[in-house]
Order: sequence, then C-alpha cells, then structure tokens
Amino acid sequence: MNAVVYVSKDASALSVGAEDVARAIAREAAARGIELTLKRPGSRGMFWLEPLVEVAVGGERFAYGPVNVGDVPGLFDAGFLDNGAHPLRLGATEEIAYFKNQQRLTFARVGLIEPTSFQDYVANGGYRGLRNALAMQPAEIVQAVTDSGLRGRGGAAFPTGIKWKTVLDTPAKQKYVTCNADEGDSGTFSDRMLMEGDPFALIEGMTVAGIAVGATQGYIYLRVEYPHAHRTLLEAIDIAYREGCLGANILGSGHRFDLEVRLGAGAYICGEETSMLESLEGKRGEVRVRPPLPAVKGLFGQPTIVNNVISLASVPIILDRGAAFYRDFGVGRSRGTIPLQLAGNIKRPGLVERAFGLTLRELLYDYGGGSASGRPIRAVQIGGPLGAYVPASQFDVVIDYETLGGIGALLGHGGIVAFDDTVDMARMARYAMEFCAVESCGKCTPCRIGSTRGVEVIDRILYGIDRERNLQLLEDLCDTMAEGSLCGLGGMTPFPVRSALRYFREDFLKTPVRY
Amino acid sequence: MKEQIESILSAHGHRPGPLLIVLHAVQQEFGYVPDEAIPLIADGLNLSRAEVYGVLTFYHHFRRSPPGRHVVQICRAESCAAMQGERLAQYAQQRLNIAFHETTPDGRFSLEPVYCLGNCACSPALMIDGELHGRVSPERFDELIASKQVET
Repeated sequence: MNAVVYVSKDASALSVGAEDVARAIAREAAARGIELTLKRPGSRGMFWLEPLVEVAVGGERFAYGPVNVGDVPGLFDAGFLDNGAHPLRLGATEEIAYFKNQQRLTFARVGLIEPTSFQDYVANGGYRGLRNALAMQPAEIVQAVTDSGLRGRGGAAFPTGIKWKTVLDTPAKQKYVTCNADEGDSGTFSDRMLMEGDPFALIEGMTVAGIAVGATQGYIYLRVEYPHAHRTLLEAIDIAYREGCLGANILGSGHRFDLEVRLGAGAYICGEETSMLESLEGKRGEVRVRPPLPAVKGLFGQPTIVNNVISLASVPIILDRGAAFYRDFGVGRSRGTIPLQLAGNIKRPGLVERAFGLTLRELLYDYGGGSASGRPIRAVQIGGPLGAYVPASQFDVVIDYETLGGIGALLGHGGIVAFDDTVDMARMARYAMEFCAVESCGKCTPCRIGSTRGVEVIDRILYGIDRERNLQLLEDLCDTMAEGSLCGLGGMTPFPVRSALRYFREDFLKTPVRY
Repeated sequence: MKEQIESILSAHGHRPGPLLIVLHAVQQEFGYVPDEAIPLIADGLNLSRAEVYGVLTFYHHFRRSPPGRHVVQICRAESCAAMQGERLAQYAQQRLNIAFHETTPDGRFSLEPVYCLGNCACSPALMIDGELHGRVSPERFDELIASKQVET
C-alpha cells in the first residue's frame, strides 16, 4: 500500500508547525516501515484546523486537525491512513460545513493541488482559459471579462473589463500588465493564499490580460513580507516558461508575454496603484495625480493594466466557463464570488469564498463561530485599516459592494477583523490616524499633516481636554482629509475614525486616561 | 565593499527601473544599506545621491545600520491587536529589554514593528529571520527566543 498524505505548506500553516508535523509523519512512517507519499498543497483555508493533515482513501480526502507533532504516533496507531477513528478526525475534508458551504471558483484548486505541479494544474482545468483566449480576438476577450461583471477585488471595485478596454484602445508600442500583490490590509490573506496555493492561476490570468490588450511584459509587485509566496511564484514562473506558457511563443500562438516578480519594501502606500507604479519604476512610492489614468499613461508612461491578484486569478475561469457562468453568481452589481477573509478575534478564522449576497452575521457566526474569546463580538472592521468599524446592530447587512457602501462601510479587499467587547474603540480610532501618519507618502497635506494632527486631537479628547470642541474639530479634520487627500490613504482614514465616533462614542468619553 | 556593489550593479543595473532591486540586493549582501554604498549606487545607475537617499529612506524595509544577528518583527496591525498582539508587543520589549527599532547591546536581537504579515488567521503573528510564526503567546515567544539563543 502506498498511502498519500497531505500537509499544507501555506505560510500560515507553517507558522503553526506544519513543517514539523510533515517531518514527524515521514519519520514515523519510515520507523514503521510504511511507504507513503507526502504531498504539500496550499491551505484549504480553515486555519483554526491547521496544521491540517489529510489522507487520500478511495479517491476522497479525509482530514485530521489541528495536529501537533506529539499527535503523530497516535494517528498512526489509530490507522489514520485508512481514515481510522481518532479524536482529531474531522471526516471528509470537503464535507466539513465551513468548506462545503462555499462556492470556490477562484480558489477551486487552492489546498487541493500541489502549487507548483504543472500537471496538477492542467489536470484540474488549468490553461483551458488561455487556450480559449488564444482562439478569440482581443476585443472579444475584453468583452468576456466585461460581461462577467468582474470588478477589482483589490478594493476599488472598478469594472475590470472597462479598465482593460481603455488599455486595448490606447495605441502604444509597449504596454504592461501589472499585478498588485501588495496585500497590506490587516485581516487579508487571500492574495497570499492564492499565490502560495495556485500560482499558475495568477500567471495564466496575467497572460490572458497581456494577450487581450497587446501587452508583452508583466510585473507582479509583491510585498516583501511574503517570502513564501515569492519563492512559489519564482518557481512557478520558471516552470511556465519551460512549458511554453510564458515567453516568446505562448502555446505556439506567436504571442509573447514575459513575466517578472518585483519586491516591494514595506510601504503600505504602494498598494495604491499609482504609488505602486512609481515603486516599480524604482522610485519613492509617491502617489501620482490622476488623470492621466494608469490605463492611458501608467508604468514608464505606457498604457498599463493594474489589477489585484484575485481579479487576475479569476480571469482563467471566466475564459474557461464563460462570462455568463461567472456572472450568474452574486447579486445586483456585485457579480461572481468574493473570497472573504475572517480574522482577528474569531473562533474559526479562514477563507470563505462565496457568491456576493450572504450577510455579515452568517459569515461571523455560521462560518466564524463567534469570537475566539467567547465574549460578544462588539465590532468588526471590514476592508483593512481604512475600512469602517461596523457595530453588532448592523451585522445583518448583506455583503455586496453597494449595500455596504449604503451603510457607510466598504468591502475593500474582503478582510474582516472581529473584536470582542474588550476593545477600546477610541484607541482603535487613534490607531487609524497613527497608521496613516506612519504610512503617508507625504505628497499631500491633508494626509501628511492631518493624520498627525488627528492623533493629537484624539489624545486631547481622551485626556479630557475641551472634549466637545475637540470632537467637532476631529469631525472637521475628517472632512478635510476625506475631501482633500490625493488618494485613498488620507481619503479613507476617516472611515474607521468616524464610524468609531458614530457607533462607539462612549469610548471617547470615558474618565480621562493617559495612554 | 566597492567590488560587491559593482557586481550587484552589473547584474541588475540594466533592468528597467532598477533602484529598488539594487537596494534589495545590497541589503541582502550586507544586512543593511551602508552610507558608503549610496554614491556608488548613484554613479552606477546615473542618478543623483539625493535620489538614491530619497528612495532608501522612503521604504521601511531598508536599514541604514547593521541589524542584530536575529531580527524579530512583530505585527502591530488590527487583527493581531484583536488577539492580544499589544500584550505580545509589550512582552517582547520587556523580555529583550529594548524598544522597537532598537538592538540588544550584545548585538543579538533587533526588534522591529511590521504592519501585517498576512498571517491574520493565526494572530498574533511575528517573524524571526524571515520565518513566520502564528498564535504566539508570551510562552511561545520565550521558546522562539531561546531557540535563537542556542544558535548563537
């Protein structure tokens, strides 16, 4: 018998001991004279169960978790290779409710296949989208992406197809496709999981984009905090070149597309698209004034697609299954699926890919299981450090771009951070201003100066100095930042601050303390 | 040093927009970007020293002085904050007896803040020498530090 065992090599799984567990399984198998094949996929996204160990029995995968090194001999004793009973046994992986009740389109292969196995990728639907695209006219490819209703998953939710059409219609000798992989929002990890778990999906999506708009060079701008994703991408790009899926003659079509990874250097602002382009050019990541749009005058002054990892990685399935297939998921103007990421104080943190239209409450309680601490969830921040804090009274809000916008929140990149009732929301508002001050590129005054003044004003409120006037001043400052900043950093820092003020005002009015 | 920087420049200088790539390579080589490297890089890439300096100081990742032998980066972002990340940050400063952006007097550990390691589902998180750790309690922090003290 040659059993197949899966232990994730996703960075998060490794961070809680997956490597040691994998080694312990190999060692124990050798000691017992059992032959087994150890496979290392990405993560299924159920992180409270990591390190998750899966075994293949009769073509199905069964899960055990979370497994510590000390559990390994017991698992062998229990016959886990034949799905034997054990306190950590979870049953068939794909029957676990958290996983079963998802609609995995973009993440269909993540956790399933070995990330840099080209054979696995192709056997699971990979490169069918590119082959279809190669048989289409560029304008038809762009139309398909437009018809799918796909909107930018990085946060701005701009229709991807419209952006591509602008690049297609702008004549130039050289065009670029750039992928924004500077996933800096706290509570988000979908880009990382995708790049570590299914890198070819991103490579394929970027190649399709290149062919659609006539761009021959692609760049992935990857944050330096993601060394695992970096290694995986480099390996996958090498393989894609060897397999003829990148380079001078893609799949024999005569089309050229080259792809390179560039590392960021720890600047949050470089997730803003024009700042990212500056950084790719090797400059300070200072925001550019728009117009001109990057689609017209982007990298090195040429027409450039700037898309997020998830947007680009969703392109292959759209080209494979058709625009209508993708568009049929979702609600209103939010079409398709969205990988939501549950983090912070939550019992079952992880990645949930669902069609738009579920409620925040379903996500937090049906999937997330409530807080990790067992205390009531008091607030959640949606969409990263620039996202609004949503109070428990609004947990029935439906998750789509328009509905969230309607309550003064935004979905952003889909990260959701839960806080229990021990959180001090005035402190979180102060943190938002502080973060903006640390990360501001400095180009515009409302952001550069406003954020520092914001910290000071909040401090005065907390110290009990002239509270009513300073609260008014803070509102005015938020107006100035929101209306006057060049980009989303200064422009959106008021979201967390104002929502904290609106829904958690009592936290600003407590007996004065010095932090 | 001149020789190493020249070889980095000849490896990467021809690439479009090369300055960040070169700074990464220099930091990889020396652990930081020495002041003496600035004019050499400027010359090699046909930039002014001010331009190199401007880029170098813009990005949090680049260091201008040598770090400790082990670099401990603790996430200060919201998800970790919701899971006692602040307690971990306080504990780390106390345990190493240094503040953020400082290095222990024996040159062994540097402590740096970082805004999100993408390990939000296993908060609180930190990274030591590029190795990611999740669900880090103060006890786990002690173990990790102890394992590095054994190394050197």
